[in-house]
Amino acid sequence: MLEDVNTPPTRPSPTGDALDSELSGLDALEQPTAPRQPFLPRLWKATWPKLAAIALGLGIWQLVVWSGHWPEYVLPGPATVFRELVREFQSGVMPKATRITMTRAVQGYTLAIIIGGFVGLAVSRSRTLRSAVGSLITGLQTMPSIAWFPLAILLFKLTDAAILFVVVLGAAPSIANGIIAGADNVPPILVRAGRVLGARGLNLSRFVILPASMPSVLAGLKQGWAFAWRSLMAGEIIVIIANQPSIGFQLQSGRDLADAPALMAAMVVILVIGILVDSLVFGTAEQVMRHRRGLIDPSS
Amino acid sequence: MTIDVPDAPPVGLTAVSLREVSKVHGHGSGAVQALDRIDLTVRPGGFVCVVGASGCGKSTMLNLIAGLDTATSGQLATTGRTGLMFQESALFPWLTVGGNVELAMRLRGVAKLDRKQRAADLLELVHLPGLGAKRPHELSGGMRQRVALARAFAQDADILLMDEPFGALDAMTRDLLHDELERLWQDRSFTVVFVTHNVREAARLADRVVLLSSRPGRVVHEFVVDIDRPRRMEDPEVSGLAGEITARLRQEVRRHAV
Repeated sequence: MLEDVNTPPTRPSPTGDALDSELSGLDALEQPTAPRQPFLPRLWKATWPKLAAIALGLGIWQLVVWSGHWPEYVLPGPATVFRELVREFQSGVMPKATRITMTRAVQGYTLAIIIGGFVGLAVSRSRTLRSAVGSLITGLQTMPSIAWFPLAILLFKLTDAAILFVVVLGAAPSIANGIIAGADNVPPILVRAGRVLGARGLNLSRFVILPASMPSVLAGLKQGWAFAWRSLMAGEIIVIIANQPSIGFQLQSGRDLADAPALMAAMVVILVIGILVDSLVFGTAEQVMRHRRGLIDPSS
Repeated sequence: MTIDVPDAPPVGLTAVSLREVSKVHGHGSGAVQALDRIDLTVRPGGFVCVVGASGCGKSTMLNLIAGLDTATSGQLATTGRTGLMFQESALFPWLTVGGNVELAMRLRGVAKLDRKQRAADLLELVHLPGLGAKRPHELSGGMRQRVALARAFAQDADILLMDEPFGALDAMTRDLLHDELERLWQDRSFTVVFVTHNVREAARLADRVVLLSSRPGRVVHEFVVDIDRPRRMEDPEVSGLAGEITARLRQEVRRHAV
C-alpha cells in the first residue's frame, strides 16, 4: 500500500468509532437509573394521606357533636348527615340540584375563561393596556363577589344571568392575571431561542410565550375555578329562581326549614365537588405538566 | 498594529462581515459602550473563535450577528441563515427532544412528515439516535447541548453562532463535544463564530482566533491557527498557541488595573 509522505503522524483520531462509543458510553452513564415504583404502592402512597385527613375531619366533627355544646337537631353528627345524603340521592333531589348547579358552573367558568383569556392575552402583549388596566384587574380580584349581587340583580333581575355575571366577574380576573404573570416570567433565554428559530409576533406567543407560561396560566385557572365556585354558591343563596332547586337552594331551604341534616348534606356536596374538581382536573393537569417539564424531584 | 491575515476573504465572499460596528447600551450619562468599531470578517466555512475577558461584549456581538439586536453604528452583513447556541441548551421544556428539533423546521414551514424524518436523522447525526421521545430534563447537559446543535441544524443554519456553548460542561464531556463539533464542521460546510473565555478551547477549535479588549470591546489581535486537524486539547501546538493568546489577554486585562 502506498503511504502518502505528507500524512501527519498518526494520532488518536477523535472521529469515527472511538468517538461514537465514548459518547454513547458517557450518555449511558449519565442516564438516571432510579427504579420506578409499581402502580399499587404508588397509588396507596398518594391516597392514604387524603383518607387520613378525611378521617381526622370526621373525627373532630363527631367529637364536637358529642361534646353536647349544641343539640343534635342543630348540629347533627356525620352518620345522620350521611343518611340524609343517601336519602336525597335516592329521591333524586340532590342529583337534580347538582345538575342545575354544575350547568351554571360550567357555563360561568367557560365564559370566564373566554373573557379572562382574551383580556389576559391583550394586556400581556401591550404595555399601554398593562399600565391602564393591570392594577384594575388585581383590584377586581380582591372585590368580594357578594358585593356584586345588588348590582347584578338590578341589571338582570332574579335570573341565571345575574348569577353568571357575578361568577364571571369572580373568576375572570384570576385567569387574566395568571396569563399576565406567566408572560412576565418567561425566561428571557427561551424567548431569545425562539426568536433565533424564527418565531416572531404571533408565532412567538403561540410557540414560546404561551407554552412557557403554562404553569402560571394553570395556577390562574385553578384559582379562577375556586372563585367561580364560591361566587356561584353565594349567587344561588341570594338569587333564588323558581323551579331551579340548585345546591345553593338546598342550603338555603335547609336553613329556612331548620332542617340541619339537609343543610349539612348540601354543604358536604359543595365541599366534595370543590375537592374533586380541584384534584381531578387541576391536580392531574399540574401533575402531568410538572412531570413533563422535569419539575418533580425524583428522590421525593 | 497591522496583522497579516492570510485567510481574510475578499469583500463579497464573506459569511459574516462587520465594518466599524459599534453598540451602545442605554442613553445619556448612563450609556455603556459595549462594542467599539469592530471589524471582523469570516469566510464561508470558516471557524472563528472570539476570546476576551469579561465585559468585552462577546455576547452582544453574537446578538447583533444573529439579528436579535441592532448596532448603534456601522455595517453588518451575513450571508445565509444564522443559528445561535447558548451556554444553556435553551431547549423548550414543554416539548420532547424531537419536538424541539421539529419546531425549528415548523417555523420555516416544512411539512409534517418531512419534519419527523429529518428530526430523527439530525438526532442520529449528533449521536442521539432514537431519543426523540425523551424530554429535555431527562438528558444530561452534554446531551442537551447536542440536541441544541441538532436544532440549529434543523434551521438549516449556514452560520452557527455559539455563545460559550460548552462552558457549563465537565471536562470530559466538553472534550468529546469538541471532537463532535469538529467532525460535523468538517463534514458539513458551515461557518462558525464561537465565543469563549477559554483560550485553550479557542486554540483547539478555531482556524482564527480574534481577541477582544474589554470595555469597550474592540478587536486587538488576531491569531491564525495553523495546526493540523484533528486536534486535541493536549497537543503541544495547541498549548503553545493558548499560552501566546493568554499572554496577550493578560496584557489587556492589566490595562484595567486600578
